[in-house]
Formats: sequence, C-alpha cells, structure tokens
Amino acid sequence: MSLNYVVAMLLIALGLYCLLLKRNLIKMVIGLGVMTDGIHLFLISMGYREGGIAAIVPAGMLQDNVAAGFASAAVDPIPQALVLTSIVINICIVALALSMAIWIYRHYGTLDPSEIRRLRE
Amino acid sequence: MRRVVPFVAVLVVGFILLFTVVNYLPPFGSFPQRKLGAFENQSVGQRILENAPRETGSANVVTSVVWDYRGYDTMGECTILFTAVCGVLMLFLATRGEE
Amino acid sequence: MAGMTTIVRTISRLLFPFMLLFGVYVLIHGHLTPGGGFQGGVIIAASFVMIWLAYGLEQSPIGFKLFRTEVLEAIGGLVIVAVGVVGIVAGVGVLGHVLPLGTLGNLFSGGNLPLLNICVGIEVAASLILVFYAMLRKIAWDEK
Repeated sequence: MSLNYVVAMLLIALGLYCLLLKRNLIKMVIGLGVMTDGIHLFLISMGYREGGIAAIVPAGMLQDNVAAGFASAAVDPIPQALVLTSIVINICIVALALSMAIWIYRHYGTLDPSEIRRLRE
Repeated sequence: MRRVVPFVAVLVVGFILLFTVVNYLPPFGSFPQRKLGAFENQSVGQRILENAPRETGSANVVTSVVWDYRGYDTMGECTILFTAVCGVLMLFLATRGEE
Repeated sequence: MAGMTTIVRTISRLLFPFMLLFGVYVLIHGHLTPGGGFQGGVIIAASFVMIWLAYGLEQSPIGFKLFRTEVLEAIGGLVIVAVGVVGIVAGVGVLGHVLPLGTLGNLFSGGNLPLLNICVGIEVAASLILVFYAMLRKIAWDEK
C-alpha cells in the first residue's frame, strides 16, 4: 500500500480509458503514452531499497573496498536499464503512429476511427 | 448508450489492478529479499552490484548493465530505431513531384 | 513556415552552442555520471529543432544536408555492429571489451563503453533530426 504502486495502476487505467473510449486518433496516441508512463513507473518502483543511494559509485567511495560499502546501499540497476530501452522503443512507436495518423487525415479527411472503417476506396 | 461495455471493462481492469497491487506484492523498498507468497528468489541485481565496478571498469552501474551485461539487447534496439526512422522517412520524403 | 519574433530568434541563436556543449558533455561522461548515449543524442537533436522552430525551415542559419545526415545515422549503427564482430574475432564474445579497462573514475576507463556511447549518440541525434526535418518539411510543403 504505497503511493508509487497506486499511482502507476491509476495511470494504466486512465491510459486504457483514453485508448478505448475516445473518437480521435491523436487522443488515442496520447492515451498510449500515458499508459506507457504508468508501466515505467511501476517497473522502477519494484527495484527500490529502503534509504538507498543511486546505482552510481560516488566520488568518496572510489577505493579498494568499493564492493563492500556500495553493494549494500544501492538500488537495483536492472529495471532502470529495461525502462531505458523501453523509452526508446516508445519513441519509435509514437513517431510511426503519428505519421500514419497524418497520412490518414490527408486521405480520408477525418480522424474518427469509426468513419475510417466505413469509407472503403 | 452502446459504449457501456468498454467503460465497464476499464473499471473492472482498474479494480483488479489496484486490488492486486495493495494485497499481493512484496512491500515497497525491500530490494534484495523478495517474497512473493511462498516463493523466495535470490536477485541478480545484487550480484551485478557487487561485481560490476571491478569487471567493467565504469562507475555507472546502469550503463554497464545496458552495454556490457545486456549489450546484445541494446544492439537490437539500435536496429529498431533505425528501422522506425526509415519508415517515417519513407512516408514523408518519398512524395516529391506528387500533387 | 513562418518563424518567431526577434526576441526568440536572438535567444535561440545565443543558446544553441551551449545546448550542443551540454549534450556532448552528457554523452561523453556516460560511464561516470547519469546519462549516456541515448540521453546525450536526444539533447543534441533538441538543440537543432529549437533553431528550426525559431527561424522557420527555409531561413534557418544551419547548413543542413539530407544525404550527409542519413549517412551519419547509418555509420553510427554500423560501427556498433562492427565492434560486436571484432569482439567475436578477438575471442571475448559479442561486444566484449577490446579496449583497456583503466582505473575507476577516470575519463579514459570502462573498456568499450565510451566508444559505444559516442556511436549510439551520433545515431540517435541523426535519427531524431531526420524525423523532425521530414515532418517540418511536410508542413512547409502543405502551406504552399
């Protein structure tokens, strides 16, 4: 029952609402972005240590016994690497989705997904 | 109105997610010890934190995970970025002389 | 496409080299401070986009050539794969360390990491500049 998890789930639910119930392609892409933010927040919150420092060796610990003091005080580095890759893939998805939305508007004259389904040419 | 079913589906999914998060996850801030019901696992992140500054020689452990321990995934991600930009350029810059 | 007022143009022209320098700093110190290849590349691309939005695409003071940027993006991706193959040939596995490891905390440390960061920074910066150039040119073409 912590604030991070609850807000992440609320963001996922709100993004799902935008993705399912809006009648505009650009608003659906915005909902996709909100849902992705919720997922990233949840992943990073899973790797938190109570009172930990960031996963970078600070300048005061650069001696021989780095492993002893650093490895028991740092947070998990693996979810942060996963989220970094996921953010870059999200850029590619949103760029292609918006480009296709621009092309659909030029061809059909409307951005409503139910209208696009009916006009077949 | 005919859009009741998606709205109810979103509400049901939201309630299921919130219920699971409040009751069935390990407590927030318990990084190396994770107990999910009766299943307790050792974490790979702890072993990476112990060995990474000595094995890779960089002070940033996240960068060493991205490029050294998971370097193959990052190489695939560069390919994804290149392909997506090829797709966008094909949509926009290939219509010279049209209309 | 029309640019912005004189105040915005002057401030953008003054800020452009500092934004570029900050992006290069985040890119090169990727193995010592938070940051790295992807983050530094995005900051470099954002500085170019700021100049285009302030001046308009036709009157921008940046000499931009399409073919040169496309070649740069391809070279960035190719060098990463080449470093991976060199790792296989040298016997340390895909993307294994072929440069010396060095002492912790130095700028010249970390084996392959600084070279890989620079290459992916070039690729990401060129990719985002190309995407924004394509979309801005379509807007300029549609207005005519």
